[in-house]
Amino acid sequence: MNAPAYNFAYLDEQTKRMIRRAILKAIAIPGYQVPFASREMPMPYGWGTGGVQVTAAILGPQDVLKVIDQGSDDTTNAISIRKFFARTAGVATTTATDEATVIQTRHRIPETALHENQVLVYQVPIPEPLRFLEPRETETRRMHALAEYGLMHVKLYEDIARFGHIATAYAYPVKVNARYVMDPSPTPKFDNPKMDNCPALQLFGAGREKRIYAIPPYTQVVSLDFEDHPFEPYRFNAPCALCAAENSYLDEIVTDDKGGRMFVCSDTDYCESRQAAGHHGSQSAAPYKEKAQGGSHD
Amino acid sequence: MIEQDLPDQDVADRDVLETDQPLLIAAGLGKSYGRIAACRDVSFSLYPGEVLAIVGESGSGKSTLLQLLSGQLAASAGHVSYRMRDGVTRDLATLGEAERRFLFRTDWGFVHQDPAQGLRMAVSAGANVGERLMAVGWNHYGRIRDTASDWLTRVEIDVARIDDAPRTYSGGMRQRLQIARNLVTEPRLVFMDEPTGGLDVSVQARLLDLLRSLVAELNLAVVIVTHDLAVARLLSHRVMVMKGGRVIETGLTDQVLDDPREPYTQLLVSSILPP
Repeated sequence: MNAPAYNFAYLDEQTKRMIRRAILKAIAIPGYQVPFASREMPMPYGWGTGGVQVTAAILGPQDVLKVIDQGSDDTTNAISIRKFFARTAGVATTTATDEATVIQTRHRIPETALHENQVLVYQVPIPEPLRFLEPRETETRRMHALAEYGLMHVKLYEDIARFGHIATAYAYPVKVNARYVMDPSPTPKFDNPKMDNCPALQLFGAGREKRIYAIPPYTQVVSLDFEDHPFEPYRFNAPCALCAAENSYLDEIVTDDKGGRMFVCSDTDYCESRQAAGHHGSQSAAPYKEKAQGGSHD
Repeated sequence: MIEQDLPDQDVADRDVLETDQPLLIAAGLGKSYGRIAACRDVSFSLYPGEVLAIVGESGSGKSTLLQLLSGQLAASAGHVSYRMRDGVTRDLATLGEAERRFLFRTDWGFVHQDPAQGLRMAVSAGANVGERLMAVGWNHYGRIRDTASDWLTRVEIDVARIDDAPRTYSGGMRQRLQIARNLVTEPRLVFMDEPTGGLDVSVQARLLDLLRSLVAELNLAVVIVTHDLAVARLLSHRVMVMKGGRVIETGLTDQVLDDPREPYTQLLVSSILPP
């Protein structure tokens, strides 16, 4: 069934043990960035090498894998990673959030609420939330160790001074378990509230920066803010043009060169299942649905 | 004696205690790099509201001493003690790193010669001043901004420039901003390393004037390192003259500068160019 040249899920067992140890440590210290010996993967940095290594380390033969990129199941990155694990691990893949046990994601958290038997794996480009404020790694580590997070508020202060409101729209810093300030990876701040008290385990892998961090299930995650400028999730005020959802995160799609645009759910699985359930938006086309890639691969 | 009968007396006693006990004590302080002693056997006490100038030529150990006093460098000999806000005098070497850093951004200030070292050049002046407040847990944008504007006014920076980065400021303005950033948490002790170095004379005069009024107003204790005797004369109450890592002469500013005892100090004083 699988190409026999590879170990199950591509990585060798010793590497997986090493990554699992890092993951266990990360879970034990929520929000703390654990260094790990990141391997070269058969894809370029920036394409999710960290997330892929975490997924490879936790994947079992019985798992059902879903991979999303910016909410979508059918972009290049999502499809190639899904195929990668279908070939190297022979696991079942799906696009349905409910059915998946492991969800690897880039830049989004699914709209469908996660449950206890799921693990969400994030691909992280830059794990250090203080990086652009303090360039020295030795110094940022010390700041984390001593919980000196005044600098994070300097960034938010700058936003308000310049734009009148906290203009950070993605990678919005959060405090995990009232201790570590953490970069939630470049998810829109719309998704931040979903991290709080989430029943699923959330793992973050940064391949180039060689860091793994985690939010255990049911952990408090608070978005940083000021008393007089509280955190507000941002969402464009329109229903989805395809499924009329009022509460999902929207992508803006330019449709012509005359200023035409439509807003659709960025979570394709959520949008499609709503359409299948009979919801229709203002621009719904004739029903056409790509066959879901569920079931095991041959 | 029953204490509550004499509450006023009690308060007065405590006030006397406040100024009667030294804030910073250096005892037998020394630092050597291998066989080279950068600083040897320095002892003194600094009292609240007192300004101490450390003068001497380049390489005389002034800056090393300042780093030792401010706990940035570990001493090879002797120790430094500081009287904390709770009144307990503690050896700096026994403080944990977290405590030392907390002290550094609340009860202490450090004014660098080069403002780029003490400021965040890429963030606005308001955020520069507000950083220490945010570091001690201020979480209200409006109040942080009000305090920052208040301090900019006090150091004579136009409040309209609060959102400009210090990159766009002149040298004198940067130095004043650095002072505001340090004083915003109302520290009791400020270290200054050549604060007027590299500024032209008229800007220097204005900065010194400002420093003098702030020091008096806030009852600051200051340790100021300078090679400029005029700065020492204007700002300080006491002067320590250093040469080759040792303190060779110490005393009241006017006494040392007008009636120098040591040959080296005499040389130093006579080296000032007449205007």
